[in-house]
Parts: sequence; structure tokens; C-alpha cells
Amino acid sequence: MSKTRASGRTVGGLRSLSLQAPAVSLLLLWMLVPLGMTLWFSFQRYNLLMPEMTGFAGLENYEFLFTDPALWRAIGNTLLLVGWVLVITVVGGTLLAVLFQQEFPGRGIARVLAISPFFVMPTVSALVWKNMMMHPDNGVLAWLARVFGASPVDWFSSLPLTSIVIIVAWQWLPFALLILLTAMQSLDDDQVEAARMDGAGPLAVFFYITLPHLKRAISVVIMIEMIFLLTIFAEIYVTTSGGPGLATTNLAYLIYMQSLLDFDVGLGSAGGVVAIILANIVAIFLVRLVARHLEN
Amino acid sequence: MTTAKPKPSLTAEGQASFTRTAPAVATALLSLEFRRLMLTLLGWGVSLLIFFPILWMAMTGFKTEAAAIADPSFLFTPTLDSYSAVQARADYFKYALNSVTVAFGSTLLALLIGIPSAYSMAFLPTRRTKGTLLWMLSTKMLPPVGVLVPIYLLFRTTGLLDTRTGLIIVYTLMNLPIVVWMLYTFFKDLPRDILEAGRMDGASTFQEVVYLLMPLTLPGIASTGLLSVILSWNEAFWSLNLTSSNAAPLTAYIASFSSPEGLFWAKLSAASTMAIAPILVFGWMTQKQMVRGLTFGAVK
Repeated sequence: MSKTRASGRTVGGLRSLSLQAPAVSLLLLWMLVPLGMTLWFSFQRYNLLMPEMTGFAGLENYEFLFTDPALWRAIGNTLLLVGWVLVITVVGGTLLAVLFQQEFPGRGIARVLAISPFFVMPTVSALVWKNMMMHPDNGVLAWLARVFGASPVDWFSSLPLTSIVIIVAWQWLPFALLILLTAMQSLDDDQVEAARMDGAGPLAVFFYITLPHLKRAISVVIMIEMIFLLTIFAEIYVTTSGGPGLATTNLAYLIYMQSLLDFDVGLGSAGGVVAIILANIVAIFLVRLVARHLEN
Repeated sequence: MTTAKPKPSLTAEGQASFTRTAPAVATALLSLEFRRLMLTLLGWGVSLLIFFPILWMAMTGFKTEAAAIADPSFLFTPTLDSYSAVQARADYFKYALNSVTVAFGSTLLALLIGIPSAYSMAFLPTRRTKGTLLWMLSTKMLPPVGVLVPIYLLFRTTGLLDTRTGLIIVYTLMNLPIVVWMLYTFFKDLPRDILEAGRMDGASTFQEVVYLLMPLTLPGIASTGLLSVILSWNEAFWSLNLTSSNAAPLTAYIASFSSPEGLFWAKLSAASTMAIAPILVFGWMTQKQMVRGLTFGAVK
């Protein structure tokens, strides 16, 4: 009996292995080959502008990177960007989900319009915000400021990181709304009704019934958004190019500048390795979050 | 707000309805109407505010260049000049065809590789399954820029640079973790008895997947595919760095308008509108379906 079960498990294990093999091996290749090459380059002197400089660099690239204040600035910007966008989209998304859950005429269309930014490509949304919304002379926001007698804000030079946060949050707020709205639909109306009967006000209902109900959905939103926000690139590339100074340089953009603009493949690769380590730290944090909330 | 209280308890309301006078009922109705009006205004206001940049872009595409940078106005004589100018400069349809080919090609490939893998994780789980899944997702957190140089060099040696095949490969791998994860959660929701019954009747693994699993989880597979199409369509990093002319999708098309002609807002808007219109309409039509997948079955 135990023997057959044991052999059954091996057969199952083999089948499981062969079915997973394509996905796992492809992803391993996709990860390990470039990772290996990045790791290798990070220990090399490899600058495309200086072809005569080659050979083993030891920890030179890392030393240069870690003593460069740009790295810490970039890590700080990355975390600020991720953190603020998460706060705005989760809080805003929850409030909007409550709003769009109420009955009102044309609700279906209003919902569809509100989730639209999620489908717009990042390059386009960055361009639209940069040229038509936040432009200091001809932008809609500048015009509004003038109408109300205020002086227009030069968004990208005086509030650079805030501007990026606004653009990215605009793209991801609809995503949070979409997920949380779906989660709302399974909220037990009877429970809400019962609470109302016991004299609970709208705020009490929100904090003691709605919010706990949305907990799992919120952790899903945080997880998916984090995956994409850690590697934000197009929005920065199109609008500020990391500037002014390093004000909007996140880790992804720093690596891009070092390896592609400064042609220092070695240094850029060292930055890549740091980014990968940071991603893994966040991944461990995420694993905990996911494991807690997505367990059945 | 009016003086009427919006939250009387049900029992109190029940008693009150007998004693309530006509004016009181009228006030209550009025306050209900008022609440509904406020809600409608707020709902539409918020949704139009969020949608405004897209609307503004679409409108600017129909303006003249002079009107585009003048003070904002909803009143203008629409013109198709920008559209014809944009079309004369770059063939929209070539880029659009590349986008469609790459987005759907990579999605099909990712589903083809992802379905067997998700099947085995859901129905033949081992101790490592959860770890494998999370590892797959963690590969998504690496900044692509960190591995751009190696990939670029590999593509150059293998002749994949600026080919649709090359882009399909990259997008397939890019979306595979999310595809596998989503499929896994859908498959796991399926009662195991159904597949076991099929196995009793002598179905092979292949038959089990194709004739039982796939039809039963079709909505889940569809929403997984939809998300993958949207993510591929909007991807800008790899497409900008790995293509130049032959395989360039719409993201590259937009980029070609952005830098030198940044000031020609009407043309930029026309090009942007054309680039996002297909996927926006696609998204509108499929949002209900897609949301099922986005929530990973975690929120029902």
C-alpha cells in the first residue's frame, strides 16, 4: 500500500516536473543568462568609450557605485515613488470603489471612463501630462491657476518627483479601483443592513465591515502594483530624464544612465546587481504579505 | 444637507411610517432625491476628472496647431489636418500591425507554455510549488534595464534584433510569471473530482487538459490572455531598445513623435490617440471579463 503510494507520488512528481519544465526552464534561462552576464560584467572594466580598458576590475565598480551619492538618492527616490503611489492608489481606490458602488444614473459609463487610464500606454500618458496638463505656459493646470489668479506652477522643475508621482498614480488608481470594485460586489448586503439596524453610521460600516472585507483585495493591489512600480522607467524617460539633477532618478533610470548614456557597462551592471538585490528584499517582504493573505 | 436624518434605524422607521405626517414624508423623499443628485454629480465629476487628460488629448488631435497651444477651449472647428500630417510622416498601419502581431503572438505563446505548468501546479502540487510560483513572480521585479545590455548583445548575435520574433520572445517571458500565477489560481478553484472522473474514464493528461480543464476554465484563461495582451501592447522599454524600423510597434511610433516634435501638440495628440484607441476600446469591451483575472480569484 505504502509502496504503491510512494511510486504514485514519484510518477506524479515526474509528470509535474515535465509539465512545468518549459515554463520553469525558460524563465530560468531568461533570468540566469542575463543575470550571469550582468554579474560578470559588474566585475569587469567594460566601457564602450574606452575599448582599451579591459580586464578584471574586482570590486572597483561596486566601490565606485557605493561611494556615489547618486545610488542612495536613486534608492531613496525608488522607495518614495513606490510608497507614495501605493498610498494614493490604495486610499483613493478604496474611496472611489465605495463611490462607484452606489447607485446613480449612468454609473456603468462613469466607471468605464474612470478606469480608462489603465489602458493607456505609459509613454502616451507621460507625454499628455507633460505637454498638455503640466506645461508651465500652455498646460491646462497653468491655465486653471491663471483663471483663479494664482501663479502657474512649473511642475517638472519645482516639484519634479511629485509630478512623476501624480502621473504614475493617475495610471494606477484605475487599476486599484477596478480590483476593489470587484471585491466590493461580494460584500454581504445583509451584514451591512444588520449593522445599520444596530445603529452603525456610514463611517462605522466602512471601517468595521467594508475595509476588513477588502483586505485581501488590497493586498493583491499592493503586490501587483509593487511589481510594476519598482521598475518604472518610461514615465521618467519621457518627462524629466531623471532630473533636474537627480531629483527623479530611480534605480532603473540610474542604471540606464550609467550603462547606456555613459556607456559604462561595468558600472551599469553593478547597478543592475544592486537593483536585483533590492528587488529580492522586496520580494521576501511580498512573499510574507502574499502568504498571509492569499492562503486558503 | 437638509435636516432629515439619512440613517434612521429600520425599526424606528417602521414605527414612524404610521405616525409620519405628509410633509415629513415629502422632506424624506426630497432628501433622498437630493442625496441621489449629489451622488450623481460626485460620481460623474470624479470620473470625468480622471478621464479628462484622455479626452483632452483626443480633442487636441482635431485642433489646429495654433488652437492646440492657445488657452484651453472646448469650442473649436475640428480639422483632420493633424491626422493626415501624421499619416504622411509614418505609416500608422505598419506599426499597428506589429503591435497586434507581437501582443497576440506573445500572449498565445505564454498561454501555451503557461497552461501545462499551471495545471501541474494546481493538480499535482509538490512542496516546492508555492516557492516556484513566488520565484516566478519575483523575476518580474528585476528592472529590465539591469539586463538590457546582455539581452541586446544576445539578440545582436542571434539576429533577433528588430524582429517581431525577438519581441514576441521577450514579451512571452515577460508575461509568463503573471500568466502562470493567474491560471494557477483559476485552475485551483476547479473541483478536483471533475478531472479525476475524466482520469477514471481513461483520459490522458493531454485530453484532460484540452477537453476538461480548458473548457471549464475558459473565462479565466480569457481574462489572463486579455491582461497579457494589454501589458504587451503598452510595453515601452524593450520595444524602444530592441527594435528600430522593421518590428517597431506603436510605442516606438509614439516615441518617434515625442522628441523632435514635442511642440507640435496637435500632431502628437493625433498620433497618441491613434496609438491608444485600439487598446482602449479593447479594454472597455473586456473590462468585466478582465477584472476576474486581475483579482487572481482571490477576491470573489
